[in-house]
Amino acid sequence: MTMGPSLEAMQDGGSCGLRGDEHLSDISSHINEGLPSFARRSEDKAWWQEFPWWGSVIALVMLVMAAKIFFDPDYDLAWSRIYPGVWLTLQTTFISFGIAFILGLLAGIGQISQNVVAHNLSRAYVELIRGIPILPLIFTVALVLVPKAINFLHIDNSSVSTKWRVVVALSLIYGAYMAEIFRGGIQSVAPGQREAGRSLGLSHRQTMSTVVIPQAMRAIIPPLGNDFIAILKDTSLFSVLGVLELTRRARQYSASSFKFPETYFTLTFIYLCLVIGLSILLGQFEKYMTKDRKGER
Amino acid sequence: MSTMVEVRNLHKTFLKIIKAVVDVSIKVEKGEVVVIIGPSGSGKSTILRCMNLLDVPSSGDVFIDGVNLVDKATDLDLIRADVGMVFQQFNLFPHLTVMENITLAQRKVRGKSNEEAVEMGMRQLTRVGIPEKANSYPRQLSGGQQQRVAIARSLAMEPKVMLFDEPTSALDPEMIKEVLDVMLELAAGGMTMVCVTHEMGFARSAADRVVFVDEGSVVEEGTPDEIFNHAVHARTKDFFDKILHH
Repeated sequence: MTMGPSLEAMQDGGSCGLRGDEHLSDISSHINEGLPSFARRSEDKAWWQEFPWWGSVIALVMLVMAAKIFFDPDYDLAWSRIYPGVWLTLQTTFISFGIAFILGLLAGIGQISQNVVAHNLSRAYVELIRGIPILPLIFTVALVLVPKAINFLHIDNSSVSTKWRVVVALSLIYGAYMAEIFRGGIQSVAPGQREAGRSLGLSHRQTMSTVVIPQAMRAIIPPLGNDFIAILKDTSLFSVLGVLELTRRARQYSASSFKFPETYFTLTFIYLCLVIGLSILLGQFEKYMTKDRKGER
Repeated sequence: MSTMVEVRNLHKTFLKIIKAVVDVSIKVEKGEVVVIIGPSGSGKSTILRCMNLLDVPSSGDVFIDGVNLVDKATDLDLIRADVGMVFQQFNLFPHLTVMENITLAQRKVRGKSNEEAVEMGMRQLTRVGIPEKANSYPRQLSGGQQQRVAIARSLAMEPKVMLFDEPTSALDPEMIKEVLDVMLELAAGGMTMVCVTHEMGFARSAADRVVFVDEGSVVEEGTPDEIFNHAVHARTKDFFDKILHH
């Protein structure tokens, strides 16, 4: 008990000496008298301190939203008009993520490669994409680069649907973002790991694929997951190209019905469901990938 | 006896100005145990790392069993598979179990089947005294155990020579002996070894030859008795004065 007040006084006095040390130590000793449970212990966290309140709040909000959509006919109508866009949104998200992942891995490895051509190509790609805001880039890729490529390859212009233009744009953009994540992940693996692999006789490629990249992967799962979710959300930007995904459908419906609250309330709800669902999946995946760490980190 | 490792007129300069190794020539015969000692920053680790070209020499030649590693026509991966290397920081692969650590290169480099690799792995783990840890992950092991696994991982490749880069420097004091015991046993078994170490006791009892390095050059070399008890050079004596008198 004698330690309690003096410790308190030292800490308080250190942080706010202006208020006068003696006075403070008086107060704290007074408070601590007869209240031994005020001692600091690492174990004593009450349940309400650990309880995931944030999760309950979100669950509650979503429940209320779901009930509103389910029981209110106006909301239900909006839902039935917007909801079909979900498949297009998910499709473009998953395909774009897949392609961006491969692009990012190649460009990420390229950036730290000793090969002069690979190094400069990947650097240029990443810097160019990162230097342009996403919306102008979407227009440029979908309305300039893709048509140019189509011309060059002598393909029929109409054979490349807007959906695929969107996929090309998203993959190129997020490929560059992911390249930086991969580069960071690979560089975060201790150099000794590569040295150990090489001195066992593994080739550079074998060392990368069996030693370095598997370790880099676990470091980059959280940021990659972030980009996955970001892609899902950024598909909404493609409503400007007239792709009938969720946001485009919402804009069309609200423009024709003038039911703005119903429409955007429902749209928000659908995106929330998708994003939260995806982050739960990603969380499970991260747990699986780091299972040998036994809950650490 | 034939020569297993030879570095000839080795120079290594970092960042174009830092001269880490200056004109070093060392020969290691088959079955010989050579211990390299010297103050920290003297270049002894760099000499060792040049022996399997983890550090590429600025000039000079490195021969392993008669093959010049500096020659661009030499398949480095093939040679490195025959040269075991043990690091100060163990450098086990944390995402793989102990057994997977040991079988990886056997499968990928030697082309062994998984069964063959596991059998060899078990034999080496038994040799270093921890067969029961085969399915653990490196992080679940003590430092001494991790270093023994690292030694087993190298031995599983059936190397012609083992290089040790301060294998006990990152260990807690009570774990140094278990690693040195394994190394002593290896030496007694006729393995060709080059060790950079601060363990003078190990040098005394296991080394055929001790090489004293300072400021990037070999100052003197000889039997442990010659170096420890009858050092000729002032710098060698000065080094022993600093580390032994307490």
